[in-house]
Amino acid sequence: MTADQDLYAGSNETTDGRVFTVTGQDWDSIVEGLAEDVDERVVVNMGPQHPSTHGVLRLILELEGETVTEARCGIGYLHTGIEKNMEYRSWVQGVTFCTRMDYLSPFYNEMTYVLGVERLLDIEDQIPEKAEVMRVLLMELNRISSHLVCIATGGMEIGALTVMTIGFRERELVLDLFELITGLRMNHAFIRPGGVAQDLPPGALDEIRSFIALMKKRLPEYADLCNANPIFKARLEGVGHLDLEGCLALGLTGPVLRSTGYPWDLRKTQPYSGYETYDFDVQTWDTADSYGRFRVRLAEMWESLKIIEQAADRLAKMDGAPVMVADKKIAWPSQLAIGSDGMGNSLDHIRHIMGESMEALIHHFKLVTEGFRVPAGQAYVPIESPRGELGAHVVSDGGTRPFRAHFRDPSFTNLQATSVMSEGGMVADVIVAIASIDPVMGGVDR
Amino acid sequence: MTNNDHTDETPENLPAQSGEVHAVGVRQGMFGIHGTGDTSGYGGLTQPIVYPGEAQRPYGGWFDEVADALEQAATAAGVEVATPRVVVHRGEITFHVRREDLPVVAQVLRDEPRLRFELCSGVNGVHYPADTGAELHAVYHLLSMTHNRRIRLEVSAPDADPHIPSIVSTYPTNDWHEREVFDMFGIVFDGHPALTRILMPDDWPGHPQRKDYPLGGIPVEYKGGTVPPPDQRRSYN
Repeated sequence: MTADQDLYAGSNETTDGRVFTVTGQDWDSIVEGLAEDVDERVVVNMGPQHPSTHGVLRLILELEGETVTEARCGIGYLHTGIEKNMEYRSWVQGVTFCTRMDYLSPFYNEMTYVLGVERLLDIEDQIPEKAEVMRVLLMELNRISSHLVCIATGGMEIGALTVMTIGFRERELVLDLFELITGLRMNHAFIRPGGVAQDLPPGALDEIRSFIALMKKRLPEYADLCNANPIFKARLEGVGHLDLEGCLALGLTGPVLRSTGYPWDLRKTQPYSGYETYDFDVQTWDTADSYGRFRVRLAEMWESLKIIEQAADRLAKMDGAPVMVADKKIAWPSQLAIGSDGMGNSLDHIRHIMGESMEALIHHFKLVTEGFRVPAGQAYVPIESPRGELGAHVVSDGGTRPFRAHFRDPSFTNLQATSVMSEGGMVADVIVAIASIDPVMGGVDR
Repeated sequence: MTNNDHTDETPENLPAQSGEVHAVGVRQGMFGIHGTGDTSGYGGLTQPIVYPGEAQRPYGGWFDEVADALEQAATAAGVEVATPRVVVHRGEITFHVRREDLPVVAQVLRDEPRLRFELCSGVNGVHYPADTGAELHAVYHLLSMTHNRRIRLEVSAPDADPHIPSIVSTYPTNDWHEREVFDMFGIVFDGHPALTRILMPDDWPGHPQRKDYPLGGIPVEYKGGTVPPPDQRRSYN
């Protein structure tokens, strides 16, 4: 636009040059149209870079004073095309991609995908017991770390900074355990079709036991800080209310559903990975509000500790047992070891394929470059993630790569309840309501 | 040497009956190379891509119970054949439903006391370019908490007419899921309250999860070598 043009104003040519007219016109009609509405009606964009929206979530709030009359979500800012990318990699490589979706619960993403692949391969019964127990152990550790972040960030958003600092302090301990067992703090790609990538390292069980002992001292701190804290309760009680009918209609699962008093937990109702053999309870609350969800999460961390304790006891008796399916057409051929340059193939394995067995070399090469084929069909094996029902719809056309892998992420589905939970309430309560859903945008947008 | 006394005649060892095989497309060659560059000798190999075929009664377990209840309730609601094709594979049952019947079937599945599928785990699209006349599939996973059962509904639409009725009025949770499938596959869910893109920007051209939409990417150079983008690398088909 140059100085002698203006798209938004009329203009006349005069002897003094061009004169723009910027009054009146359609502004008057807009102001008139609004005048009879509400003086204080404001539409606010909260996010996508707002610190209280759990990542890049954009909230479009229509406010009347401080009351929210309409709340909408804008999502997609973290869409990275993970599902599309998985169609161009082998079945094993798919784990590396899907672990990055819901970054607070990576093991669950891996698990539901791997369970789908294993069902299509028809090897569900052949997974070694040690691999199953290690999966359960890692998932329950992950549930604790995920719930800790939920409680920590939820506390931070209402000004309870101590809850945040102690929450992340404990989460760090869980991440240390992940690093010890898988080599990575996040994005592990540790659960593989057929088992897990690697056996437990020496000393891991001792670390896990001391973690359990420490958590038993630390978890009560959250209860002491929050459970009966009048400010905390005043901010959470009655906020973000959603009853059982609302949950089912909108497809909400996980702690939000259990806070209505309905004990639906896939670990109990449709057990996988041997959950039916562990002793734990499904935690519920009866208030159907943010406070109830906080209490459900707090209680679930205790249950997870119970499961971890049992899993550690079982692992202690399984020293040296296999962690990968015996079928050499599926099992990843190499064993990893810590080398001088970090993690790599074990020297024993390299000696075996390079010096001893031609067939082992061929198998290694074919499995690593080409990968195994998965019989054509589709499978959906949902699991109970910290946020609810997480399932991967895995479709194979009989090839070496997924034909389609779609994740039903609980954050995506649960976030639909934002409007119902926050309309009619105050702006400040929107934050609390969303924090109680615990959406992770990496999972929402995938 | 075969032992004729022990002929195994369990269903999985018998040849498929005519009309039972559901072939979608053909797999050619072995190493993803076509034309003169292929010296592997496998270039002429062709294999049909066969999906699990139609299941025969009895389906086993509670599958028959659900199928009967669905057939009866849907007939009462005015649908001629509720499920023209039923597939049982790996312990999961898939009901193929004609798209015009979907809203009634969904309503029946939710409300009929013997069915009671209260929770819909959303809808997912799958694009089968070789399934002529039914390229676009919408797959619904339903959960009955009352009976603790899970089923799958599959609806298809041709590329030329990508319309499937929306079931948001029955399962409000499908609001975002249907928007996502529209965004990614271009399936238009008729009757959806506000069918707009959800993950991609509003002005994005094309539907990224369709098989004819390229993955994209750039070649990466490393130590003098060049690694092509993933969709141009050699692949095993």
